[in-house]
Amino acid sequence: MASVSVPAPGGGILRRPTATTGFWSWFTTVDHKKIGLLYGVTSFVFFLIGGLEALLIRAQLYQPNGTVLNEAQYNQIFTMHGLTMVFLFVMPMSAAFFNYLIPLMIGARDVAFPRLNAFSFWAFILGGLFLYSSWFLGGAPNGGWFGYPPNSVTDPSIGMTFYALGLLITGVASTAGAVNLAVTIINMRAPGMSLFRTPVFVWMGLVVQFLLAFSLPIITVGLFQLLFDRRWDTAFYDPVRGGDPILWQHLFWLFGHPEVYILVLPAFGIISEIIPVFSRKPLFGYQFVVFSGIAIGFIGFGVWAHHMFAAGLGPVANTAFGVSTAIIAIPTGVKIFNWMATMYGGDLRFGSPMLFSVGTVTMFVIGGLSGVTHSVVPSDYQQTDTYYIVAHFHYVLFGGAIFGLFAGMYFWWPKVFGRMLNERAGKIHFWIMIVGFNLTFGPMHVLGLGGMIRRSATYPEGLGLTGWNQISSVGSFMIGLAVLVFIVNAIASFRRPKGLENEDPWDARTIEWTTSCPPPEHNFDEIPVITSVDEFWHRKYAVDKEGRPVRVPAGAAPAQEEAHGPAHAIHLPSPSYWPLVATIGLPIIGYGVLYSWWLVGAGAVVLLVGLYGWALEPSVAE
Amino acid sequence: MRKRLLWVLAFAALTLLLGACSGDLPQNTFDPAGPTAQKQKDLLMPVLWVAAAVFVLVEGGIVLIALKYRHRKGGDDRLPPQVHGNTRLEIGWTIAPAVVLAFVMVPTVGMIWELAERPADAMHITVKGYQWWWGFEYTDPDMVVSYGQGGPIVVADTMVVPAGRTVDLSIESAGGLVGGDDPDFRVAHSFWAPRLFGKQDAMPGRTNHIVFAADEPGTYWGQCAEFCGLQHARMRFRIVALDEADWRAWVENEKQPAVEPTDPLAKQGMDLFLNGVSGGGQCTACHSVGGTNATSPAGPNLTHFAAPEHECFAGCNWDTTDVEALRAWLHDPPGVKYGSKMPNYNLTDDEIDALTAYLLSLT
Repeated sequence: MASVSVPAPGGGILRRPTATTGFWSWFTTVDHKKIGLLYGVTSFVFFLIGGLEALLIRAQLYQPNGTVLNEAQYNQIFTMHGLTMVFLFVMPMSAAFFNYLIPLMIGARDVAFPRLNAFSFWAFILGGLFLYSSWFLGGAPNGGWFGYPPNSVTDPSIGMTFYALGLLITGVASTAGAVNLAVTIINMRAPGMSLFRTPVFVWMGLVVQFLLAFSLPIITVGLFQLLFDRRWDTAFYDPVRGGDPILWQHLFWLFGHPEVYILVLPAFGIISEIIPVFSRKPLFGYQFVVFSGIAIGFIGFGVWAHHMFAAGLGPVANTAFGVSTAIIAIPTGVKIFNWMATMYGGDLRFGSPMLFSVGTVTMFVIGGLSGVTHSVVPSDYQQTDTYYIVAHFHYVLFGGAIFGLFAGMYFWWPKVFGRMLNERAGKIHFWIMIVGFNLTFGPMHVLGLGGMIRRSATYPEGLGLTGWNQISSVGSFMIGLAVLVFIVNAIASFRRPKGLENEDPWDARTIEWTTSCPPPEHNFDEIPVITSVDEFWHRKYAVDKEGRPVRVPAGAAPAQEEAHGPAHAIHLPSPSYWPLVATIGLPIIGYGVLYSWWLVGAGAVVLLVGLYGWALEPSVAE
Repeated sequence: MRKRLLWVLAFAALTLLLGACSGDLPQNTFDPAGPTAQKQKDLLMPVLWVAAAVFVLVEGGIVLIALKYRHRKGGDDRLPPQVHGNTRLEIGWTIAPAVVLAFVMVPTVGMIWELAERPADAMHITVKGYQWWWGFEYTDPDMVVSYGQGGPIVVADTMVVPAGRTVDLSIESAGGLVGGDDPDFRVAHSFWAPRLFGKQDAMPGRTNHIVFAADEPGTYWGQCAEFCGLQHARMRFRIVALDEADWRAWVENEKQPAVEPTDPLAKQGMDLFLNGVSGGGQCTACHSVGGTNATSPAGPNLTHFAAPEHECFAGCNWDTTDVEALRAWLHDPPGVKYGSKMPNYNLTDDEIDALTAYLLSLT
């Protein structure tokens, strides 16, 4: 049995914290599993807030000339709904899955840079809180998540300055996280795990980290220019003084379109793990699924101007981006067909994870098909900026990403918490949600084609679209109900004693299930040696005389060759205060930009103290 | 259970689509009233049919697979055949969508270029987006007014065009200082009348174009489609297409300066309008009325405010014939249109009576 060792203290001037349990340990932890949990819980809270904002929007639009919100409130709420769901829920929830699972799935004990991992999380949550503090400091961002200047510059409220600063802070979080996870995947796979023995979820994780690393710098440039225009009266986006507002649109969407794949590829990875398990078959066309994911990543950088077809880029640009938009449908289709082929001929078990996975595929198909219609540029002149687009991207991002994330939650819940979620409640959750989802967003296709614009605080009765709006609003509250069912299910699971009858409840395929549920702090007593994709499955099944796989009786599995000799010391990174200290400097600098140079200085000092403390602390606890 | 539900959903989706094609929907993109919108719809329809076919094939396939291969209670617990992939299939379902998409894209590319053409014989109107209303300037040489400097005919909220004539719109973003420290900024808007044409943005610093015609005389709804701030939702307009005779009459009327009111109440209103109201507010700070000394271009031009073709006012949110709405607007503009750049001048009821009478005399 391996033991956690305490190597000789390294050089340094400050002691490291040692506690790995208890309330305060959560603030100093560098354990990828704990950080994954922090990401998950925080982003789920933001999901609830963003969902409440969505319900307010639908309440306002339930009838023409609605009076639930005035225009100023509505514009803040739809902006914050978008920002919250994109930057504070789907991205960090994906980060939660990546953080928790990637080291376990590649046979590592932690990520490459554990303290940087903590830094990413604290920067994310502080960036989110910074953004939300705007509600109490003069008003939330009100120019849309897309923040188009000149409106976002000239708007007199303080909100869009919070937008620029808040997204810069969460951008720091995502950039650091992207580098960390990419290095982890490339360098820390267990012996024998070549890239083409890596689970598809990890592959999608790798693609997403590269998308983040290449797209975030672009929005960062745009956000700095926006901030300078707003705060110090520069003229990057002011055409009167030689700037150009369309520059922002290019920068924003050159980030914003890869961002769509940043949001949806993690879910694709999740369901690529779940569908084979519940079909009791390997993933059909593993390499094609992987390569189509990579292709989506590349082409995703070449379609941004389809968000700007009506901006007047001219027929050459519109032709080029129309064609590239059509092309990106091809690798996406390949993924769909492979998931179908995986199910074909399988022994399908429709547990909750599988229901949500199939839901992801079926709903994403709808979003994909409406996406192809955007490539028909002249008809997109009609559709762009209408509810048709709102319908489209909710089928992609809710139908695709959020259904997929729920699939992952049901699937890995026993792994993470050592408790099962109730299956019956899971199915109720699924059916209420998928019906509510289609009632909410299906009618939006009609609303858009029938002439209802997006980002509209209200609409006149004469538009003739009241009925569809009412169906949509009713549907949205069904979604709210479904989420409540999930919350009750989650809480109920903690009222049952910890412990699973079977530590491999789904007959899973990948090596995170070789560990206990939940896994020990050091993940693996011995780092496994990998001989195939679906390593864990191959350890459980042998091939009988007819060539059919049969389960190996427990205990009869051939002894696995291990990477190292028997019992040896396991080095785990020690907890640290400094990532949290360093990140606290970031929002202070943000408030300083808004209010006082002194605060900027104070924030910079905190950040520097944090970074120096980080650099100078001993390498392990003493 | 799942199958029935999906049928219900499919039926619901179909009903939705059919619903979009019927009923009184003044901004329905599926009900084109001119060649531009017609072409845009005609391009979309075959794509929608292809999408519908793919939808049925894929979703139907998923449902069939789910039904056929679902695990049955007491069924065979042995593992199914372990198929890892099939390269031919993969290549097939990579190429097949590519072929379908190629068929979709060829007419699309042609239409992109066709719609970008600007015919030489079209009439020209410059469309200007303000926060939060649209202004229209008739820039052709035969459309100049007979008073003042002889500038173009300028109207707000309703754009009047001759039915059947091709119009080349130049779309711009405009703005100016309105009332001291509350500037009316040049921000991005988007000009869209769904039954006549798809949208083009009004980008500050550039000019975009839409070429369109209205087949029949009538009123066509439109609105700003690009988020432009507080009152984006209420930045509406109408396009009124007239037959040739009505069109000529409209042009002749627009070329004339505003009529001097004879009614004493309206006269009193004119005096308030031109010389200031009791609270010190100046209507002329923003508005112009042809033939008077009110010439500010910052707000809507009111020269022929009550002409019957000028169907609506204040971002086209109320009918010009709705006297109560007009009174409510004058009483407190930001109160009925939150954030409106037209300030509340705290008019007395008598002043509102007089101003209403004056405005309604401007035919």
